[in-house]
Amino acid sequence: MKQFTQGIKDGSAIGIGYLSVSFTFGLAAVSSGLMWWEALLVSMMNLTSAGQFAGITVMAAAGTYIEMAISQLVINLRYALMSISLSQKVDKNFHGGKKMLLGFAVTDEIFAVAMSREGEVSGRYFAGLATLPYLGWTTGTFLGAVCGNILPQNVSDALGLAIYGMFIAIIVPAMKSDSRILKITLLAIAFSFALYFLPGLKNISSGFAVIICAVLASAIGAFLFPMDDAEQEEV
Amino acid sequence: MDMGVFWMYLLVMFVVTYLIRVFPFVIFHKKIENKYVRSFLAYIPYTVLGAMTFPAVFFATGSVISASVGVIVALGLAYRGKGLFTVAICASLAAFLLNIVEWLEWLAIF
Repeated sequence: MKQFTQGIKDGSAIGIGYLSVSFTFGLAAVSSGLMWWEALLVSMMNLTSAGQFAGITVMAAAGTYIEMAISQLVINLRYALMSISLSQKVDKNFHGGKKMLLGFAVTDEIFAVAMSREGEVSGRYFAGLATLPYLGWTTGTFLGAVCGNILPQNVSDALGLAIYGMFIAIIVPAMKSDSRILKITLLAIAFSFALYFLPGLKNISSGFAVIICAVLASAIGAFLFPMDDAEQEEV
Repeated sequence: MDMGVFWMYLLVMFVVTYLIRVFPFVIFHKKIENKYVRSFLAYIPYTVLGAMTFPAVFFATGSVISASVGVIVALGLAYRGKGLFTVAICASLAAFLLNIVEWLEWLAIF
């Protein structure tokens, strides 16, 4: 039980952060045409910021199911890498059904806190760690979706920037500290501009555009500047 | 959107996202050794977020000018190492203030 309460404590800051970001997700989801309970269900069943924003974009554009599946696969592929790392750190009682249930809660932030814990990670600790972020994420979505109709237009317009602000806050420090990430991320951004504005290319839907840009730039990065293990730990 | 279509989208999102997280968690006991695959996966979060942000962010507020101001604020704060929440809220606030200014100018015309 002590492990669980320690997890709750360690997850509280993430929970507050998620509350605010999911609020903007709720706003965005409703303004893109979802009902409040649909937005809430998306958050309850996915618990992933970038993936969910991409998901409602595909829904709004009436994209195909294949497009939805591939966009989720590519955007959330990083979780596979995190899950692999985490699988090396959990204690031997953390297996089977516990993994199938709690593995759902692998997010960038929960993963980062779990990995920074000294020694092995128990199922109880991880369950505690995931509890407040999950509640924050779902509650924030609900509030954002419901408030979307009440807030003045210029406030909800401005809040449309919040998710991108968060993305910028993730990529800029990494670009600053590693010149390879700087170059490859700028390359992806350049591809993205090209797909958006070039005639002939701009008919590609936004979901696929992100996939094409990210996969192409990352492949070029892996080929031109492969990282060794020690370097990846730093990133 | 048709109700059945929404449930199908939701199911696809859930199944793909769930399997990406849980399948490797349950299956893997060893590290991936291939450095090219590992490097590719290491670049993915940044290239995905970069391509998702630009140029879409410039159309996020309904005004390219207010969005650009928000982006500049976000880049500056992120460069100085501020946290996710601070960067997101300050960018929104900057865009909001500029929207207000534009609105007042529009009023002044009349």
